[in-house]
Amino acid sequence: MTSLKLTLSAVAVLAGSTGVALARDNVQISGSSTVLPYATIVAEAFGENFEFPTPVVEGGGSGAGRKKMCEGVGENTIDIANSSSRISKSDIELCTANGVTDIMEVRFGYDGIVFASKVDGPEFAFTPAHWYNALAAQVMKDGALVANPNKAWNEVDAALPAQDILAFIPGTKHGTREVFDTKVIVAGCEETGAFEAFKAAAGGDEDAAEEQCMTLRTDGVSVDIDGDYTETLARLDANPTSVGVFGLSFYQNNTDKLRVATMSGVVPSVDSIASGDYPVSRPLFFYVKKQHIGVIPGLKEYIEFFVSDDMAGPDGPLAAYGLVSDPELAATQAAVAAEEVMAPLE
Amino acid sequence: MSDVMAGTPEGARGGSLLEGSARTKRRRAREWRMKAYGIGAIVLSLSTLFFMLATILMDGVSAFRQATITFPLTVDAAIVDKTGNRNVEEMAKVTTIGYKRLLSQGFVAHLAAAGIDTAGVPEKDLGDMLSDDGPARLRDMVLADPSLVGQVVEVSVYATGRIDGYLKGRVTRETAERDTNVTPEQLDLADNLVAAGLLTMPFNWGFLTGPDASDLRPEASGLGVAIIGSLYMMVLVAIFTVPVGVATSIYLEEFAPKNRFTDLIEVNISNLAAVPSIVFGILGLAIFINFMGLPQSSSLVGALVISLMTLPTIIIATRSAIRAVPPSIREAALGIGASKMQLVFHHVLPLAMPGIMTGTILGLASALGETAPLLLIGMVAFVTNYPAGPFEGGVMDPATALPVQVYSWASRSDPAFIERSSGAIIVLLVFLVIMNVAAILLRRRFERRW
Repeated sequence: MTSLKLTLSAVAVLAGSTGVALARDNVQISGSSTVLPYATIVAEAFGENFEFPTPVVEGGGSGAGRKKMCEGVGENTIDIANSSSRISKSDIELCTANGVTDIMEVRFGYDGIVFASKVDGPEFAFTPAHWYNALAAQVMKDGALVANPNKAWNEVDAALPAQDILAFIPGTKHGTREVFDTKVIVAGCEETGAFEAFKAAAGGDEDAAEEQCMTLRTDGVSVDIDGDYTETLARLDANPTSVGVFGLSFYQNNTDKLRVATMSGVVPSVDSIASGDYPVSRPLFFYVKKQHIGVIPGLKEYIEFFVSDDMAGPDGPLAAYGLVSDPELAATQAAVAAEEVMAPLE
Repeated sequence: MSDVMAGTPEGARGGSLLEGSARTKRRRAREWRMKAYGIGAIVLSLSTLFFMLATILMDGVSAFRQATITFPLTVDAAIVDKTGNRNVEEMAKVTTIGYKRLLSQGFVAHLAAAGIDTAGVPEKDLGDMLSDDGPARLRDMVLADPSLVGQVVEVSVYATGRIDGYLKGRVTRETAERDTNVTPEQLDLADNLVAAGLLTMPFNWGFLTGPDASDLRPEASGLGVAIIGSLYMMVLVAIFTVPVGVATSIYLEEFAPKNRFTDLIEVNISNLAAVPSIVFGILGLAIFINFMGLPQSSSLVGALVISLMTLPTIIIATRSAIRAVPPSIREAALGIGASKMQLVFHHVLPLAMPGIMTGTILGLASALGETAPLLLIGMVAFVTNYPAGPFEGGVMDPATALPVQVYSWASRSDPAFIERSSGAIIVLLVFLVIMNVAAILLRRRFERRW
């Protein structure tokens, strides 16, 4: 029974060693799956060129990442939360309650959101109003609000292809959905005049009107996708007449399968988003727990490397992957170098 | 009705045994239908299995070959060692960007020297046909051996995922037209390189040994870290679960009194085996990481969580193995004066060993494919540093696992990762088959029947 004794003693040794918390020597990052590819590109280059080990990057979603960061201070909590939307007040309250008082906000670039259909299908030229009229629960018809009667795109606008409306949009847990709602649906709502009608009906309450605008129809025409863009692509393959919402970088990697639609006459590209011509884009952030700088080796170096021109600049590898470089990158670099803590949210 | 039967008074009920009445026919038809359902079920499951394996093999086999460009390169001292004193610390200041330049220049120079037609491909696009992984490996090579500076070395660099995809039939000239990452002219050049023998498709060892890579270089991604992580976890799970599982089973089978309390324990063990694995992940996060302060993403925490999950399976398997030892052996041992302890360790346990081993291996095999609990303890992550050796605290280092790698590659945007994901499934299936075959062999070889 020596083998049994051996295993038993091994368990005892392991149980003993677990009591000592080992100093962590790698940076731990978690958060948005949109930011994930950018963060892995930076982490990989960081590991290659610096003496520090490669940071460990997890996905899981913006909200989940920020919650994880706000769990507390210490080596068994993460250092950076990637986020495709801005941190919320409730996150900051949670952070403060758990002793995470100094948070650095770093905006490192912009991400475009594109509308694409199967590559062998017809071309689409959208405006926000088209999307509002296609997907909203209530639309303006002959000056009054009615339940959405549109079945095909050419009923929304005669210039669009005669194809049934079927859209795969990001689910509500995605940061992308927020951008879709505000930059496309609400914009379309205002364009069509539905916003004014909702506002009048709600007695001048703008928030209530916006809420009404963002209420989408539930008859199966608009389908929420809670998974990744790969899932949206798979659904698009199964339904060749549908339209899906993707990130610009995802589209750029799948141009063999996808045909991109224009929005308000502008073709989405890194350039048209950087110039502000293409309307549907959003900033990308990461949030750093400042209390870990100086404790976790390589943390400061990693964030400085991330926002450096070599990485996040217009000719860097992140831009090559589809990131729209931030025109104010120099200011971000200065803020990171000075370890500036973010100002309280309004 | 045959002649012989005609005279019997009960001819209406009986009839010929060979012919059969309506009732027998119905019974036979029922039996026939039952058989047909059975065969149908088997055909259905086999065809599903075949379909699944065929798709995985079709998608994944190509991951085991990788387009590689081989050419001689002069390690230019002007780029990698500006001061010329071969001081490694100073040379380390040259980043991979510098090495990328070195590599592209060397490639362009060699194409010109070899007289390969590069018509229509600008110089920048030539360098872009080489994987970004090349500069990093070259840099490591030069820093490890500074005497290479100034020498001509034969370098093998992966071609980018698009060129690789072209040679595997995934990328065509038509798709290249629309793709910003590759041009049709580059594909023409790839054909020329293949003709000149510079571009080859060797077996992709890097896929089995290399670490994961970012979305910009799918060609360099490998399963190395995941395989080590899975290996550490399996070994640790075996170390944690076998002693505890066997001790529990021996106590429950041989020593414990049969009362309500032990009945309750028994029911609970069976229930634990049915708890969804994600629940163990939540438990692991709360206890091992938040309370005990063990490092996140480490294979130790992964192993602890999976041990909790595997333990009930092993206890159930071990108990049935112990129960299968015939009472005559026990009675004989006790009859010649053996103590309970001697009975268990000299007779019951050795005889039950094959059954215990089989149960353990099958338990480990199911644990090998587990992803859900690892999601919560941070093992579904991008990890490119190999964990340290097992005796240098490697189990505390961040690692991933095989099924995790399948999952994270499947959700990446570059289509080259789909092939890698299927390739990883093949590797995982090979490991599972090896474990299951080992279990069958052990049982065949050592099991005793009475």
